Amino acid sequence: MKLPMLNTKKVDPVDIGRRQFLRSGAAAVTVTLAPGVTIMAYGGAAAAGANPATRWGLLIDVNKCASDCNACVTACSTENGWEDTGNPETDPQWIRKIDLHNPETGLDQSLPMMCQHCEDPPCVDVCPTGASFKRPDGIVLVDKHTCIGCRYCIMACPYKARSFVHAPLTGQKAHAPRGQGTVESCTMCVHRVDEGGQPACVEACGTTGNGAMLFGNLNDPESEIAQRLATYASSAVRADLNLNPGVRYTNL
Amino acid sequence: MRILVLIAILLAGGVSAQDLFPTVPQARFDLSTPHPDDIRINHIDYLRHDRDATMRLGDRDIEFSLKDCVDCHAVRGPDAGFVTVESEQHFCRACHEYAAVQIDCFQCHNSLPEVDLDQAGLISDDEMAALSAYLEGLN
Repeated sequence: MKLPMLNTKKVDPVDIGRRQFLRSGAAAVTVTLAPGVTIMAYGGAAAAGANPATRWGLLIDVNKCASDCNACVTACSTENGWEDTGNPETDPQWIRKIDLHNPETGLDQSLPMMCQHCEDPPCVDVCPTGASFKRPDGIVLVDKHTCIGCRYCIMACPYKARSFVHAPLTGQKAHAPRGQGTVESCTMCVHRVDEGGQPACVEACGTTGNGAMLFGNLNDPESEIAQRLATYASSAVRADLNLNPGVRYTNL
Repeated sequence: MRILVLIAILLAGGVSAQDLFPTVPQARFDLSTPHPDDIRINHIDYLRHDRDATMRLGDRDIEFSLKDCVDCHAVRGPDAGFVTVESEQHFCRACHEYAAVQIDCFQCHNSLPEVDLDQAGLISDDEMAALSAYLEGLN
């Protein structure tokens, strides 16, 4: 017997027509020079929001990543306001460093592991409330307003990239709300990306780290990340699962 | 009708309309245009609509954000620092306690302003007056 699929009905929570109407109003600038004298200027309707033609991704050069460097993890913690509790079982898993050792060749490698922002995310498939979702530009997020803390997504994620907030929190960052009873994970610093920036980990890796991380649009053939992916061999972690992650590794 | 009678009795008994309603701290800046009555009734719908636009669709060009509410309606406590939602002086609590409605927002969101708008280089009244005078001079 074929079970009915959960979550097949995709309801767009936002009335697009109304939004565009409101935005056209917001783009108009009104300057009152004197009573009765008003200048109105209409700005161009800039396309706001996540562009479905874009797919944000990361490329991590494992050869450049050093095991004694923690710059990306520290930057993420500072940027998003999380910190380790000292208990690895309940610690936030936004990003962590993993050291690999190949016993046959003796090769030691180190790499950062975080949400891989899959094209077909298992966490989204299993979420019973629709809280786990993928943005049009490929960033996978948790809608904490609808997350009920069931933690199915934590079970479903093959990368162990999600974690649960067990204790009440205060002093969260305004751009990264997080609270007890909800699941959280790497957001690819969506607040920075929306403003044209790059994730905090990538920035820190370039400045205080070893320049092992590259952020960019996988769908743009002109972007550096797409050109590097087209030039050099890269791999996806657990490629056998066919999830097509947005985070790719070279020299792994 | 009964409410009107009740109000009439209360007013006759020396209770002013001021005493019937909570004292809501003023916004620090006159940035929002909608009428306060509209916001009082509909703020959760506006916030919910725009939060979905931002979070789900990545639209940051929104009209209503909780962050903006918190930034502009910040209240200073006795130590001159801004108060969190733990304090009874907090802007949101003034009405919510009166209406007996629990606020869940601040379980995840910060109830303190992210930037101190007093220090953020907003245009001052003097500068605004100078700018208006300049613009009028151009005509």
